[in-house]
Amino acid sequence: METRRGARMVIDPKVRQVGFVTPGSELGRPAAPEPPGAAAPVPVVANSPSPVIIPLLLIPDTSSLRTTPLPVPSPPSRRVVAAPPADDSMPLGSYNPSDAILGSSQGSSERTGNNDKHGSAPTDSLADMSLSNASTLAIRLEGLNVTNDGISNVLSTSTVRSAVAAAPTSVEHAFQTSSGQGIIGSVPAVSVDMAAAANPQADPRPMPLKDRTSKAERRAIQEAQRAAKAAAKGVGTDIAAIADGNVANEVKSSKPSSQKKGLSEKKPAVFSDKKPVVSSDKKPVVSSDKKSAEKASEKDKRKDIPAPRMQFDDEQRVAKAKRRSLIEQTEAKNRVELFRHLPQFLHGTQLPSLESKFFHEDPLHPHPSVFQVGLQYLTREIVGGNARCIAMLMAFRDMINDYSTPMEKTLVRDLTAKINSHVSFLITCRPISISMGNAIKFLKTRIASLPVTVSEFEAKHSLILEIDRFIQEKIVFADNEIVKHAVTKIRDGDVLLTHGSSCVVEMILVRAFELGKKFQVVVIDSRPRLEGKGLLRRLLGKGLHCTYTHINAASYAMQGVTRVFLGAASVLSNGTVYSRVGTACVAMVAHALGVPVMICCETYKFHERVQLDSICSNELGDPDALVEVHGRKDVYSLRGWADSKHLHVLNLMYDATPADYVSMIITELGMVPPTSVPVILREYRKVPYVM
Amino acid sequence: MGAAMPDLQAAVDDFCTKLRRRQVEGSMDTAKFTALLLRQVISHQRIPPSAQASTLIDAVKSVGLRMIDANRLELAIGNVVRRVLHIIREEDASLETDGVTGINLITDSDDENDGYNIAQSGVSAAAVAAANRSALRAPSLHNLLEWIPSSGATTTVGPTITDPEVRSRSSDKNSRSWKLKHSVIEGVNELLNDIENYHSQVAEQALEHIHQNEVILTQGRSRTLLHFLLEARKKRSFQVFICEGAPRYDGHILAKELAEADLQTTVITDSAVFAMISRVNMVIVGAHAVMANGGVIGPVGLHMVALAARRHAVPFVVLTGLHKLCPLYPHNPHVLLNDMRSPSEILDFGDVSDCLDDTTGGPRLRAVNPAFDYVPPELISLFITDSGGHNPSYLYRLVAEYYSPEDFAL
Repeated sequence: METRRGARMVIDPKVRQVGFVTPGSELGRPAAPEPPGAAAPVPVVANSPSPVIIPLLLIPDTSSLRTTPLPVPSPPSRRVVAAPPADDSMPLGSYNPSDAILGSSQGSSERTGNNDKHGSAPTDSLADMSLSNASTLAIRLEGLNVTNDGISNVLSTSTVRSAVAAAPTSVEHAFQTSSGQGIIGSVPAVSVDMAAAANPQADPRPMPLKDRTSKAERRAIQEAQRAAKAAAKGVGTDIAAIADGNVANEVKSSKPSSQKKGLSEKKPAVFSDKKPVVSSDKKPVVSSDKKSAEKASEKDKRKDIPAPRMQFDDEQRVAKAKRRSLIEQTEAKNRVELFRHLPQFLHGTQLPSLESKFFHEDPLHPHPSVFQVGLQYLTREIVGGNARCIAMLMAFRDMINDYSTPMEKTLVRDLTAKINSHVSFLITCRPISISMGNAIKFLKTRIASLPVTVSEFEAKHSLILEIDRFIQEKIVFADNEIVKHAVTKIRDGDVLLTHGSSCVVEMILVRAFELGKKFQVVVIDSRPRLEGKGLLRRLLGKGLHCTYTHINAASYAMQGVTRVFLGAASVLSNGTVYSRVGTACVAMVAHALGVPVMICCETYKFHERVQLDSICSNELGDPDALVEVHGRKDVYSLRGWADSKHLHVLNLMYDATPADYVSMIITELGMVPPTSVPVILREYRKVPYVM
Repeated sequence: MGAAMPDLQAAVDDFCTKLRRRQVEGSMDTAKFTALLLRQVISHQRIPPSAQASTLIDAVKSVGLRMIDANRLELAIGNVVRRVLHIIREEDASLETDGVTGINLITDSDDENDGYNIAQSGVSAAAVAAANRSALRAPSLHNLLEWIPSSGATTTVGPTITDPEVRSRSSDKNSRSWKLKHSVIEGVNELLNDIENYHSQVAEQALEHIHQNEVILTQGRSRTLLHFLLEARKKRSFQVFICEGAPRYDGHILAKELAEADLQTTVITDSAVFAMISRVNMVIVGAHAVMANGGVIGPVGLHMVALAARRHAVPFVVLTGLHKLCPLYPHNPHVLLNDMRSPSEILDFGDVSDCLDDTTGGPRLRAVNPAFDYVPPELISLFITDSGGHNPSYLYRLVAEYYSPEDFAL
């Protein structure tokens, strides 16, 4: 495993670029030398030994799906083209002979898929949008499947499964429609055409483009060589299986994900591809797109670096933000010097201005659903990463439902702007969590990738479906998967310790209890929110045996504990677990006493950011919450703390647990060490759906 | 005496009851009361002409044991009892060496034999103590020189105490008994003085440890800590982070006190210790008790703080008085040296009462609320005591200096 990895490292970046550009064709090409008919039935073999930890692949589906990426190679590439400036993609499109073959409407619709940002609006082939949902699912499935083969890693296939669960019947259907035609039609043509197609394309080009074409040329040769190599390898043994494996290996890292992205995003193109001719003829375009795609990937890479956060000690920006913000906020007095860069407003001061604005008919006014959610954040009625994320997405869903594009505006731009203003409203209520940030990012990319040709109704419909699916797949199904994994780690006689109240951990505990495992739970709670009390009540209600204590007694409570399960607000790419404050303490004590610490976190909460301490990025809670202790009349010394110049009260919300305290992170993709977080991010980052 | 004793008994009983009820808590208060009571015991004790020291020791021990039993977790009681016993033994020994110088000439011939006999029979604890003392005295250069002649004398101590024949002059005996009592009471007074004033002595060292703009994290509240920080405040300005210290929340009080002294004070939740410790230069805490191995019994949560400090290589400094130094080695301190406080401090019964009406099994909920935490010596950087700064590994030596080994197990 290791050696294979090491060997591949060298070609990795190259493969990634290639894969990024032509995910579909890349997959198809190596398989091409074989008779197209042979490729279809075999892949089951190639699929089953995938090194993924959880062997729960739906084999009947995968066998069929295995080859399905073939027919839809070009659309993904198109999707990629959307990123670079128009001058790169336009000439290619104009030159492309396949478009001409297709007829004008088809071709333009495809191109608009790429160029939607530039606002061209030809007629549309997306009329079948409504029926598309199921089949898009299926298509996503294909992408994921490939990923699983390719990544010789611990990532599992839960998403696939969930998708399958969501649309079990349509999968078959989609496969039949697309793959049957696709394989036969496209594959052979592609590999043969490749070099030839690239050359004529280069010739008529003027000088400045010389470089690009030559590169494409080289690439094409490379591709062909690789395909030949793959075929050669395949000879002698089970050809199809091996070739398949090679494909998977070559494709390994970014390729599948980019393909997935393409597949999932390029709905309209997918449907147009139902004509096999199209896809086969598209190939050359794809290869010549590479150069621009390279640029795109560069850009993408830079984009992947998270944007700098708002620093609240920057007075100019704060003033600017204040002017824009809908809510009047009063800066808290007596702020802790160390946390000047984080926002802290007097708790409750936003409420009156919010209330007064509720009935205002203001174009900037947030949608009532968003408004409600914002208030619920503000009053801490909705807490917890998943709950907040779901609430926000549901509110946006309502908003999109009620949305109508104003005159002289395009849906894509206006809706994005609208989402932005809503998000900033939510931020004024409470700084958004990383999980929410990821969900917003997802939604925005979805909006941005909407073809302009699509009617408003269709667009709204597809967005709503996307949101629903995000919630289902990334949160609900992911949680189920995590529970499934985690439960295997609970044995009879265990003493499990948890901190605060994490919904996933609660699900795990309840599930293990329902499975009849005999264990005890230690709930550690911390001030001021005392969320553990809620968890304790619910667990007791279910009939579990619990021990309750406060965080200071963690060392004491840890004595007999066999496992620690903790939730997380986010897992950062250096393995740091960013979670509610106290998690680090509990993990530290567990580490000191040799108790394994398991972090349960859905992958949609993963983030590329890195963080070493809990100070640079955090959230400040209401300091007044610390002043009074519930049920303790004798604790009153801090009353009036704000009047004392030298007295500060700090209510941190999060802390960062260093990776070495974490034994394992349980995700829906499997159980991974914290060092594998960047791997997961790398594999799935390309897909805005995940990140 | 007959009138005085019941008073004394009542006072001891009262103190024991208060200890049991946790009405008297904290090492300083308990140590002070214990010393006061023991001083009373000593002054009221009628000393027989023979075996004066052992009589006193027995009396102190019996009272001391009762107090220790009343609250075994207040290790300071045991420490003070041991200290008093040590004082008695020391004073006795010094008296003996004074007295023996005269006798030495007479008994010089047979001292060796006598000493042997006594040691064999093991009648007198004092004799053993005296014999042991030679081994326990701090091996200073001065001692080394002085000790060579007196090593012979110590062996004669036994016979002089236990053999009435040797003490021929009764007047001398009276004066000696008076002298012993007097000097022991003097010693106890000194001890009391130490207990009451140790924090000022500890505080005097503050400037050596705190520099300008330092960021200090602390947990809980102790008088030593307050004095220490205030003393440093006189010359330096620095910043203090204070953990709340659930379930006592005495961090709130300390924060208030420090803020009133114009110290930049920030109260943080206990759970934020790990988050904040990366910006802290030094952790300074008080202790409940210090064990002979250099481990510390402190307010609950201290172990967490110490671990976090170790993780970030932040010095973990413990302020302590010598009366907190316990000559025992901890065994399973998390359980055996811990006090379980009422769960109501952390959980209202009303919060969960509706979840508990389960007819099938026993209680399904435990709410644990320990009072103390044990910090192992390897997490501690420094002890600052009234006798200066010490490494955890040096504490065994202090134990040997302030206690007699025969008192370790009372």
